[in-house]
Amino acid sequence: MNKEKIKEFKKIANEIRKESIIMTHRAQSGHPGGSLSEADILSALYFYKLQIDPKKPDLENRDRFVLSKGHASPAYYAALAMKGFFDKKKLESFRKLGGLQGHPELKTPGVDFAGGSLGQGVCFANGLALAGKLDKKNYKVYVMIGDGESQEGSVWEAAMAASHHKLDNLVVILDNNQVQETGKTKDVMNINPAADKWKAFGFEVFDIDGHNMEEIVNALDKADKVKEKPVMIVANTIKGKGISFMELNHKFHGKAPDDEQFEKAMKELSKND
Amino acid sequence: MTEAKATRQGYGDGLLEVGKSNPNVVVVDADLGDSTKAEIFGKEFPDRYITTGIAEQDMIGIAAGLAVSGKIPFASTFAIFSERAFEFVRNIISRNKINVKIAGSHAGIHTGEDGKSAQAIEDISIYRTLPNMIVIQPCDYIEAKKAVHVLADYKGPSYMRLLRNPLPIIHNNNYKFNIGKGEILKKGKDAVIFATGTMVHEALEAAETLKNDKIDVYVVNIHTIKPIDQKLIIELAKKTNCVITAEDHNIIGGLGSAVAEILSENYPCIMKRIGVEDRYGESGKYAELYDKYGLSAKHVAEKVKKIIKQKK
Repeated sequence: MNKEKIKEFKKIANEIRKESIIMTHRAQSGHPGGSLSEADILSALYFYKLQIDPKKPDLENRDRFVLSKGHASPAYYAALAMKGFFDKKKLESFRKLGGLQGHPELKTPGVDFAGGSLGQGVCFANGLALAGKLDKKNYKVYVMIGDGESQEGSVWEAAMAASHHKLDNLVVILDNNQVQETGKTKDVMNINPAADKWKAFGFEVFDIDGHNMEEIVNALDKADKVKEKPVMIVANTIKGKGISFMELNHKFHGKAPDDEQFEKAMKELSKND
Repeated sequence: MTEAKATRQGYGDGLLEVGKSNPNVVVVDADLGDSTKAEIFGKEFPDRYITTGIAEQDMIGIAAGLAVSGKIPFASTFAIFSERAFEFVRNIISRNKINVKIAGSHAGIHTGEDGKSAQAIEDISIYRTLPNMIVIQPCDYIEAKKAVHVLADYKGPSYMRLLRNPLPIIHNNNYKFNIGKGEILKKGKDAVIFATGTMVHEALEAAETLKNDKIDVYVVNIHTIKPIDQKLIIELAKKTNCVITAEDHNIIGGLGSAVAEILSENYPCIMKRIGVEDRYGESGKYAELYDKYGLSAKHVAEKVKKIIKQKK
């Protein structure tokens, strides 16, 4: 991967972060923290890895992306708009009547899974991956979960099934951002060592810095070569990444910035341009 | 003696038939395929029979993922355990109108010896509250088999309630199953019994004994509790002015409630809901339980006689 490309993906990630802040500020609701932590991964997925065509969102052989942590929709919508699934202007309708829904809905072009209830995405992705196997299709299924979400037992039901059924067309990405709604994940209900748990469940695990674009891109490439078992990319991230007062601050899990915080946040993000 | 077979057997045999004619039909099983009879399909089509182990939430999620990929998944377990995945059904399947056919077997106190943990008496009620969901309970083997065929062609979420023990077969192979249409099994004039599942048979038997008392009742098989046959219910209420519902389910939220909702708004009349009276079942033979819980034909006849007196 050449340096220029990496730089470009990083720039896109920063744009995703900016849009996430603009959207949540405008709506005065939504989830900035988990959007900021997943931005780099979304950039790598949508602008490097996923075999998709925004002009044909229902293409049968497309790669699928399941955002299981559906509350982190601002960054997701931003990535979809920037990729060209819909007009960027539509981002202005976020959380408004008739607009982009608070949590993703299938009617929005490019959305493969309607999230909002944690612990469901990997189960659903298993079904997508099994269908791919049944039909001997080559598409891959990517699913992003959160660390707090990993407290849901259904995540582990799904993990067991994915390795049992040898779903090597499935790549789960853990946005391990260390913080959930009411505090630090390790204090609320510790899920670590996450990598060891997924290994024990039969996954090929890549443990990476989820804000290091080279590492993200490399892990996604390495996932392609894994056979006979599913992949877990433990992306170690920081909730609220990129905005000093939001980093590792659980209060910004589901709270929008006010006007003053908005100005400050945008200023900090603009330094990365 | 009429032939008797369980509706779950109709489900398994029906799956095998639709499996042969439609390669997109798949089955997702949470380790109860021998009991739900889904394994009949699995033995013929092992590649299209997906096991999740004892993991109902994963079963529902997987079925939904398969459905959006063009498959026609039937997801089956016990009725009671499907309820464990209720919020998955709500947020993945019914919310998005995904084409998954859920089948819950061993419903009602009819299940018998397994006792109250297995006897789902609230499934009709909870699934009925979900937008986009249709709710079906066949009353015999043939009807169950036909329902599988119809559901395989129907596009949308459904819940089908199945029963453990053999029941008399009252339909023949020419029977046409229509979603949402009540089936008049016996005509009458003094009252109408809207029954579902096992209670269709109890109601038919009760109707026979009521003849001795010169009471002539309609017996209607309500195999589709949602969308319910509103037109027929109002029409027969108007004809008889005396309505009885009969179900092996809590009297709260099930068929009785559905009929009451319609009549209270359209044609209020004397009504009696027969069902499990807001309590749990227990172990025992199903005939014994039906006797104890007031569901057997004898009890149905008594309750009809009593309510008819109020008409005057």
